Amino acid sequence: MDFDLSDDAKTLREAARKFLEAEAGPKSARAVMDAEAPHDVALWAKVVAQGWPSARVPEAHGGLGLGTDEACVLAEEVGRSLAPVPLLATMDAIEALLIAGSEAQKARWLPRLAAGEAIGVVAWGEGDSKSPAQMPATRLESGRLSGVKTPVQDGLSATLAVVTVASADGPAMAIVDLASEGVTRSPVEALDLVRKSARIGFDSAPAEPLGDAADWVRLTERLAVLHAWEALGTAGAAMEMALAYAKDRQAFGLRIGRYQAVKHRLADMYIKGELARAHAMHGCWAWGTDASELAQAAAAARVASLEALSFTAEETLQLHGGIGFTWEHDCQFFYRRARAVSAALGSRAHWADRLVRALEQRNRAAA
Amino acid sequence: MDFNDTPEQAAYRAQVRAWLEANAAEYLAPPEKPWGLDEFVARSKAWQRKKYEAGYAGITWPKAVGGQGLTPMHQIIFGQEESRTYVPTGLYSIGLGMCIPTVFTHGTPELIARFVPKALSGEEVWCQLFSEPVAGSDLASIRTRAECDGEAWVVNGQKVWTSFAHRSDFGILVTRTDFSAPKHRGLTMFIVDMKAPGVEVRPIRQMSGASDFNEVFFTDVRVPDSWRLGAVGDGWKVALTTLMHERLAVGGKPRHAPGWQMLIEVARGIETDSASALERADVRQRIASTYIADEGVKLTQMRALSALSRGAMPGPEQSIAKVVVAKTMQDMAAAALDLAESAGFAAEKGSDLEKLQQSYLWSAGLRIAGGTDEILRNIIAERVLGLPGDLRPPKDTPFNEIEPL
Ligand SMILES: Cc1cc2nc3c(=O)[nH]c(=O)nc-3n(C[C@H](O)[C@H](O)[C@H](O)COP(=O)(O)OP(=O)(O)OC[C@H]3O[C@@H](n4cnc5c(N)ncnc54)[C@H](O)[C@@H]3O)c2cc1C
Repeated sequence: MDFDLSDDAKTLREAARKFLEAEAGPKSARAVMDAEAPHDVALWAKVVAQGWPSARVPEAHGGLGLGTDEACVLAEEVGRSLAPVPLLATMDAIEALLIAGSEAQKARWLPRLAAGEAIGVVAWGEGDSKSPAQMPATRLESGRLSGVKTPVQDGLSATLAVVTVASADGPAMAIVDLASEGVTRSPVEALDLVRKSARIGFDSAPAEPLGDAADWVRLTERLAVLHAWEALGTAGAAMEMALAYAKDRQAFGLRIGRYQAVKHRLADMYIKGELARAHAMHGCWAWGTDASELAQAAAAARVASLEALSFTAEETLQLHGGIGFTWEHDCQFFYRRARAVSAALGSRAHWADRLVRALEQRNRAAA
Repeated sequence: MDFNDTPEQAAYRAQVRAWLEANAAEYLAPPEKPWGLDEFVARSKAWQRKKYEAGYAGITWPKAVGGQGLTPMHQIIFGQEESRTYVPTGLYSIGLGMCIPTVFTHGTPELIARFVPKALSGEEVWCQLFSEPVAGSDLASIRTRAECDGEAWVVNGQKVWTSFAHRSDFGILVTRTDFSAPKHRGLTMFIVDMKAPGVEVRPIRQMSGASDFNEVFFTDVRVPDSWRLGAVGDGWKVALTTLMHERLAVGGKPRHAPGWQMLIEVARGIETDSASALERADVRQRIASTYIADEGVKLTQMRALSALSRGAMPGPEQSIAKVVVAKTMQDMAAAALDLAESAGFAAEKGSDLEKLQQSYLWSAGLRIAGGTDEILRNIIAERVLGLPGDLRPPKDTPFNEIEPL
């Protein structure tokens, strides 16, 4: 047994952390929040130059052909640095193509996504209260896509979208070039002010089906793992901020970190973070090996990571006191991002239900 | 990443499995009715003896002290296989898990030769005489006194919550040998003969109804100086060895304790107005939380083990296992019993609900034994996260002059 990331992934993580610490961080998040541009264009060019969007793209399509370990550490570091670039959105779309794309679709899109010429996004929400497993209203008929996806995170940056559409077997996918006729886009005000959201309308826009309904389910499992790592990174960065503050700030003649009400909450952040990391690693393994446990491992990674991120973001703000509630302070980035990560792929409650469904099946198989 | 055994590990597992099939055949199911204490002790001794003779005792201990000199991974593999059966092992978890490693880390060659083999074979049972009425979490405040009298020490005082003291032959005993030294510097550790004159053991009935732990009184008990573990005044350092092993020993969910699988089955069997309780959102959320906690601990331990096999030391990170597991057991059992309404409150003997009642009672003790939830959170905060310690009286105050803040 060897339950650890590969050495290559660890090396990549270190490099990515160093790079993003120098290039991204809350400062660049704030700059994007205050700017018109939907993402940090200069940073994105550098990220593309690092080759990260191409991580999972097979070499035959111009990528690096790396494994899930590497994809996961990239997600973690992007989550950690809050880097305002559409890397994860692009990686999501790449996974969709890897799972469900025809050879022609892969050949057409993967090289462009790998090279950063195209920015991808996976869009399923329609502004209502449905989960990613419920039927969307968007329709693909005779190669024409109609419907509205909103709020689509990174949707203002994307040039290519994988969208869910109704099918007889449940939500399925279509792929659409956002430069096509019939596509309209406008900014949407949502909680996360750094990762901006769009409303994307499709009015008989030309689009192609991408795989079938089962592929959508499989995609959401893989993305649940990928974004669990993002959540771990974001929670980790928030916790480090909270720790530093607890060791420095004084009240009643003591460092606040000496008070148990404070330090036990930090211990709880650590505990939730470690549990989430263990599940995220399990998920990474299940994804990478296409194990039969993937449904269960992915759902657990999702649930545990959302829990860790929510708790950490809330309590980090709390233990900063009044300063944490100000516009100028970085706490808000984590606090708002916690909801963005949840909204991006379905809530804790949705995934807890999926987890139990997977467990029921396993229990039945064991009996 | 790889969850599979290496060929060498797979071979060991196969060997263990074959041995268990041949030797643990009578323990493939839980006992029809619970054993009494005498039967438990007799069966525990017989089982330990078998393991000893087959080379499955002291798996990770150095060969020099009679162990097998194998890796923690071997220990885990044996434990995984053994835990598929219902063999009795609890009698030795404290002795072999904590006391004897302390003996062979700090004892003289003579002590090791005298005590380790008989402990390992199960012939002699050990207990841990640390906690006192005035000192549990704050172990370094113990007051049991040991005074030097030539070649022997004379011990007076009281220990409490001592698991299996009433069935033990020996114990490791932490005493205060200097009341005017600072709290952590006046302690000395000994081996004590539980049958020695002046040792009186009185069982205490636990909230769960059973009597596994005891009060132990020492009245002018003589302990030879040659049975001292470590230097005079070094008892705290020696105790830390024990506590480090305690962290490893009391890690995960107790064997066969109810987990998410049982919660699913119990919920499935309960009819609500519309469907089975398994369809209720709150029940599903509870199952998910239980799974996240229990499996998360297991996976975390696998991570630690992978690090261990690459040469890392077990660290305070391990403290998360018990904090998570004990509270999860408690929450899960309470939720399941409540869900079952009156059937959960007055459960049929031998049913899953009765097991959940036991789990409800035991988990309360588990949250306290081996470091309370609060103490473990302190350890995580201070030793893992580097936060400052609680406010305490100055460390170098002589013990007999400490005033509570
Ligand atoms: C089933 C069981 C078996 C046991 N077996 C053994 C054994 O074999 N040998 C042995 O020596 N002992 C044994 N113990 C004793 C156990 O180690 C102690 O009960 C435990 O360390 C707590 O000590 P205490 O009972 O004195 O509680 P206290 O230390 O008095 O604690 C009371 C409460 O105060 C809290 N508290 C204390 N200090 C702090 C702090 N600094 N910050 C925040 N909260 C604090 C505790 O968390 C607890 O909630 C056993 C206990 C149990 C329940």
